[in-house]
Amino acid sequence: MDAIGLVWDWLATHRDIIIIQTVNGIVTGMILALIASGLTLIFGIMDVVNFAHGELFMLGAYVGVVVLAFSGSFWLALVLSTLVVALIGAALQITTLRPLIGRDPLNTILATFGISLVLQNYALWQFGPVPRKLDEPITGQFVLFYLAYPWYRLLIALLSGAIIGGLYLFLKHGTYGIWIRATTQDRVMAQAMGIPVPWVYTGVFAIGAGMAAASGVLFGPLIGINHAMGLDWVLKAFIVVVVGGMGNLGGSIAASIFVSLLEAYAAIVVSPAQAVIVSFVVLILTLLFRPTGLFVPTPK
Amino acid sequence: MSSPPTPAEPLVAVEDVHTFYGKSHILHGVCLTVGRGEVVGLLGRNGVGKSTTLKTIMGLVGPSQGKVVFEGQAITGLPAHKIARMGIAYVPEDRRIFRLLTVMENLRTGLDRQGVTEARKQELLDKLFAYFPRLAERRSQAGGTLSGGEQQMLAIARAMMLEPKIILLDEPTEGLMPRMVSQIREIVEVLHREGVAILLVEQNVPLTLEASQRVYFMEKGMVRHHAVASELKVDDPVIHQYLGV
Amino acid sequence: MSKRSNKSFWIAFSMVSAALIIAPLVLPEFWRRFLTEILIWGLLAMSSDLLIGYTGMVSFGHSAFFGLGMYGAAAALLTVKPANLWLAILYGLCGSAVVAGFVAFFATRLRDIYFAITTLIFSQIFYVIIFTWTDVTGGENGLNFTRPQLGIPGIYTVPFTPELLHWFVLAVVTAAYLILRRITHSPFGMVLQSIRENEARTRAIGYPVERYKIVAVMLSGLFAGLAGVLYAIQNRFAAPDFVYFVVSGEAVIYNVMGGIGTLVGPIVGAGFFLGLRELSGRIFGDQFPYLIPVGLIFIAMVIFLPQGLLGFARRWLNR
Repeated sequence: MDAIGLVWDWLATHRDIIIIQTVNGIVTGMILALIASGLTLIFGIMDVVNFAHGELFMLGAYVGVVVLAFSGSFWLALVLSTLVVALIGAALQITTLRPLIGRDPLNTILATFGISLVLQNYALWQFGPVPRKLDEPITGQFVLFYLAYPWYRLLIALLSGAIIGGLYLFLKHGTYGIWIRATTQDRVMAQAMGIPVPWVYTGVFAIGAGMAAASGVLFGPLIGINHAMGLDWVLKAFIVVVVGGMGNLGGSIAASIFVSLLEAYAAIVVSPAQAVIVSFVVLILTLLFRPTGLFVPTPK
Repeated sequence: MSSPPTPAEPLVAVEDVHTFYGKSHILHGVCLTVGRGEVVGLLGRNGVGKSTTLKTIMGLVGPSQGKVVFEGQAITGLPAHKIARMGIAYVPEDRRIFRLLTVMENLRTGLDRQGVTEARKQELLDKLFAYFPRLAERRSQAGGTLSGGEQQMLAIARAMMLEPKIILLDEPTEGLMPRMVSQIREIVEVLHREGVAILLVEQNVPLTLEASQRVYFMEKGMVRHHAVASELKVDDPVIHQYLGV
Repeated sequence: MSKRSNKSFWIAFSMVSAALIIAPLVLPEFWRRFLTEILIWGLLAMSSDLLIGYTGMVSFGHSAFFGLGMYGAAAALLTVKPANLWLAILYGLCGSAVVAGFVAFFATRLRDIYFAITTLIFSQIFYVIIFTWTDVTGGENGLNFTRPQLGIPGIYTVPFTPELLHWFVLAVVTAAYLILRRITHSPFGMVLQSIRENEARTRAIGYPVERYKIVAVMLSGLFAGLAGVLYAIQNRFAAPDFVYFVVSGEAVIYNVMGGIGTLVGPIVGAGFFLGLRELSGRIFGDQFPYLIPVGLIFIAMVIFLPQGLLGFARRWLNR
């Protein structure tokens, strides 16, 4: 049929950019997956919608800039940023979220919204409105098929995957993983078994915050770092978490890659600012037809 | 008959506890004690507050009045996880094992504690699996796939992993086949021999009278009667008064 | 409601209204404008309160309703000459009604958290559309237009003086307040509150909960859109910034600070917030990130004063 012939021609002429965009989509998807995993972890285990997650991402990037500036090592920046923001996350959870346990979930939404406001404005005040630059640790490109592709982007995808994999292993094995899973299933009995549930919550929030920070540092070299960078990403992360099924780790990862790929392809034909509409459309379709999540088996 | 002597220095003492669920006044001043290594029964009709008493001791529900004392220390108001670590274990009425965790992982929630060496952990597990061979077989299976009786075994086993000084057992034989009921009876006996105290809430009167040293009878949120178990027969009018329909 | 508290309400209402009516005659221009803005933002926050305080649905989508009201008015004022006030209001309300219908259709089926996130995402959808559809909406720069005159074009019109504008806004906001008050005290309002208290039970009794929620969202959207129209008339421009979800967040902040479920509370909250902003600007200078202490106060209020300023005042008065 003629239509197929047309499509095939179009694909053939755009072959290069399609390959590039596929890889780009996967790379972006992995970063998004890292952010979304933290978000879905916090929601799945603590039933907290963390509106400040994007700001933790942003904070991580800034801490990375600062550490890189005085140490010169990107890897140190990555590790320190993750640890520092994890601690900040723990402190935030203890001071503002613990008092709200047991109250209407509306309160945690408002509290985390307040935190995001404070963190954003703090960053603006401390670092100013001019975007900062974070240099990538490895430059240079390799040959992907017959095209040149930056090494660093590949590295991001691999590292994100490694971190998520590490999280999965941590949850599956080890005492703390058992504590977290037991608390998620039955908070009351977990307490009766001597598991210090308030600290499990703090730990989970800290892990989520650390993961967001790591994404900030990893993704930093690709974008400008400024106080508002969290907003767009937290939005995408929320979309992905809803599409993947809230609390579903595997689902949010699959959804991250799925949505990012679609957006990358869309960016071939429309401007990047408009390509974001793709994620909105996916969300709307998910809400209409499979509200519990696209990658979740339909509940009976 | 006069009230039997209560232990001089009880392991657990509940003193005039009043507990509310929202606006409902469930416990109206409950008083009871459990001595070291003692098996004490708590009998009464449905809804008199037996489970609530256990939950109050465990710290899962806070009393509005009164005290719970453990080894001479007031533990009222402490969070449940601290109370568990002090040596009180709880086996709830609906078992509530962690369905998505394996049998082994369920046991580990009690086993993985500070100050327990790997050798000791293995010792405890070996002893446990000797008593519960069925659990040993199913150790890698998810808790939710076990039968009702096996889940009850797991719930008790999990509590035993805490090496507690007292176990609060809430209706362990409910809904179980007679063969499992006698297994429960044996476990209570084993625990008693090991020196673990038990506060046993039950509807099964014969089993309770056999296993316990003393029994309390509750009605409408209060302890109304207190007797030495061996002095009571199953058809005693007291039984009928507090448990009959 | 008892006769006594009803009377004391009307007394308080009259006193406050009188003060607001006299205000533009005694206040310098800057503060007059400030007061008018408080009223407009207060209206937005009131509309949000209908959802949060009375129905128990947290919405971050009000910026979309507000923004569409604003752009709708802009559309009327730019396309129809002479500039017609009532047409602007009509277009604005239609615009926000459409958005509200859209949001209501999708989001009311979702429970609390999902609803909040979805409304946020929807306001972002509209933001992106308005931001990128430069031909129609002016994109980043927004739209500028003239202020219409008060009256009926062709029959009798009079230009808006600052005082007249203030009184017009006051009249609209007061009318809106009274209408919303009527609604929340009506059987319909009672059902909404019952939904907030216990949705499952309300459904079990037999109420079509979804339908009530949809109506609540539409009403809320209409009043938010009205606020957008007023803002457009006051400031003579429309910009995509107002559709960004942060505006919704600010409405929620006014609600919490003033006291949710009180209708008046949000206006008080708006006044308090905007006042704090003005105050810190004057004391510490423009560069001071006033949102940091305000944000901290907000968080503290969520934790310690969940009933807001009004709730705190109420308890304090009832001692």
